[in-house]
Amino acid sequence: MTDFDHVAVDDVSRHFGRRRAVSRVSFTARAGAILGLLGPNRAGKSTLLGMLATLLRPTSGSIRFGSLDPRADGAGLRGRIGILGHDLFLYPELTALENLAFFAGLYRRADAAAVALRALEQAGLADRARDQVTSFSRGMRQRVALERALIHEPRLALLDEPFTGLDDASAAALVRRLGTLREGGTIVILATHDLDLAEGLLDEAVFLRDGRVVTAVSRPERLRATYRDVMRA
Amino acid sequence: MFIRAVWLILRKDLTVEVRSGEIAYTTLFFAVSCILIFAFALVRDGRAPEDGAAGLLWIAIAFAGTLALGRAFERERQAETLRALLMAPAARPAVYLGKLLGIVALLVGVEAVLVPLVALLFEARAMLAHPVWLAGILAAGTIGFASVGTLFAAMLIRARTRDVLLPVLLYPVIVPVMIAAVRGTAVLLQPEFDAQVAAFWLALLATFDVVFVTLALWTFEPVMTD
Amino acid sequence: MPKWFQPAAIVCAAMFAATPFVIASAPFESTMGLVFKIFFYHMPSAWMFLLGGIVCGVASVRYLFSSDARHDRTAWAAAELTVLFGLLTLVTGPLWARKAWGTWWVWDVRVTASLVSWMIAVAYLLLRRYGGPGSEKLAAGLALFGMANVPFIYISVNYWRTIHPATSVVPTLPVSMGGPLWFCVASFLLLFVLLFKMRVRLEEQRARLDAVYLSLDE
Repeated sequence: MTDFDHVAVDDVSRHFGRRRAVSRVSFTARAGAILGLLGPNRAGKSTLLGMLATLLRPTSGSIRFGSLDPRADGAGLRGRIGILGHDLFLYPELTALENLAFFAGLYRRADAAAVALRALEQAGLADRARDQVTSFSRGMRQRVALERALIHEPRLALLDEPFTGLDDASAAALVRRLGTLREGGTIVILATHDLDLAEGLLDEAVFLRDGRVVTAVSRPERLRATYRDVMRA
Repeated sequence: MFIRAVWLILRKDLTVEVRSGEIAYTTLFFAVSCILIFAFALVRDGRAPEDGAAGLLWIAIAFAGTLALGRAFERERQAETLRALLMAPAARPAVYLGKLLGIVALLVGVEAVLVPLVALLFEARAMLAHPVWLAGILAAGTIGFASVGTLFAAMLIRARTRDVLLPVLLYPVIVPVMIAAVRGTAVLLQPEFDAQVAAFWLALLATFDVVFVTLALWTFEPVMTD
Repeated sequence: MPKWFQPAAIVCAAMFAATPFVIASAPFESTMGLVFKIFFYHMPSAWMFLLGGIVCGVASVRYLFSSDARHDRTAWAAAELTVLFGLLTLVTGPLWARKAWGTWWVWDVRVTASLVSWMIAVAYLLLRRYGGPGSEKLAAGLALFGMANVPFIYISVNYWRTIHPATSVVPTLPVSMGGPLWFCVASFLLLFVLLFKMRVRLEEQRARLDAVYLSLDE
């Protein structure tokens, strides 16, 4: 699938009334690489992810998804993007299996139930498949939500603070899962302020503050130190 | 694929509702309370007001429907699942249609209880004499109400004052539906049933439904995108 | 403000000042006598109410499908004028009805349909005011639905009304009323245009101010 092998964010801004949420941000994310959006709260990370998901339109600048045009085939593009937000997008009254099967169906996966079950096995939650999501802990819900985001094997995976509320084991599992995605050629963009977990995981790091790119680093090392230096400047 | 998406969303809504029952029970109870208050207010000396049953029925449906709409979309707001639905490759109007059918199903369930109750309390058993006509008017009126209501409720999902704004926006726009539904139902209560008049109101409702569902499908995407 | 605004405002004020004299010169209407004179304000108000509604509806549709903020400003200004002139119409109407026919309100088709349409316009303004950010698109949707609704409102009120026959209908206009009426219509139309321009300009200035704030941030 060479038509969608990178995402190019080009001088993108987004404002809400007088408030600039994102200001002239540019970067490129490539297939088979994990790009991290790092920064404090209100840095514009969530807004940027919203634009990458085509839920929001930039007020200036453009985002190119490989050679695809969001205006021409919005639905097709959306079918190749997976997003995991803070608010997990799960229906509490449905079971884990039902949630995943529902989204698998919506994303046009044939044989949705089987796909859903496989996803749960991958998340290690197959034994809780028929339990309602309300009974799950935050960490378990996060795992189901991750599977939901990836159920259609998207080309672009967007994750907003995916490590929130995870215990060590789950966090390690997530890191492994992201590695697998990277090897599979997925474009992964992840927003986090959890630098310890992101250490060693990121291929690119874009540091944001007040909606602007402060700096971008390839193959970052010593994330926490870099972050401190960058944010103090 | 469009139809499949609509069906998936509808089935999901019905499953969730059957599991929790929250909207169904509370809406039903509220509608019954409305009818009771009307009864206390208007039934004098044990006699019900002559033509009132039709109007009261539809007022109760309108109030209960507004409540149900608010709750149904509040649910989608909680885990931001509406966003997830909009992200799916399904055409966005499919989300509207799926939700619309779910609301209509819920309201029809409520009406199944309300109609006999109103017929009983307001001595309007004549209403039940022509069940096919009654069903037609109930269906067409409910769809008309829900077609506008679903769009407005979805639109307002991110507004802070959504609870009060929904009725403010909805009620003036559905005035024709209310008029036609009430008058159509009232025809059923007349001693001599005038099929022509009933057919007129039913046709007006059906036209409204077609026009406004089409408009809603057309504008759902631009209204919901930022 | 553009150059033509001030002279136009003066002309408009002069025209309105002249209206009492123009109206007085019109012949008395046969059945209602002096009271009929209110018609010369009532009718133009109604026409401006209608004009505002149409402008708002059309601008809203254009905004919905183009996201161009200019159409949104037009729609909002038009909605405010719709409410204003609608209020004038709905107040002058009953005043006239009271004196002419002894009742404050008649369930006439046009009257009732106007009331419902007016309420939709008020709902539009409430939405703009209290809907929070992002309510521009929502309001445009409401305006579109409101506009599409007008024939339905008319038909349903009309047939509803035949069950409760009204005491009278709005009379037809005798030909000799032509001159003064057109003068009043012209005055109201000029007033509409002036208010519209002022209102749109206010929003343009706000947008410009927002842009300045944003560019300061660069």
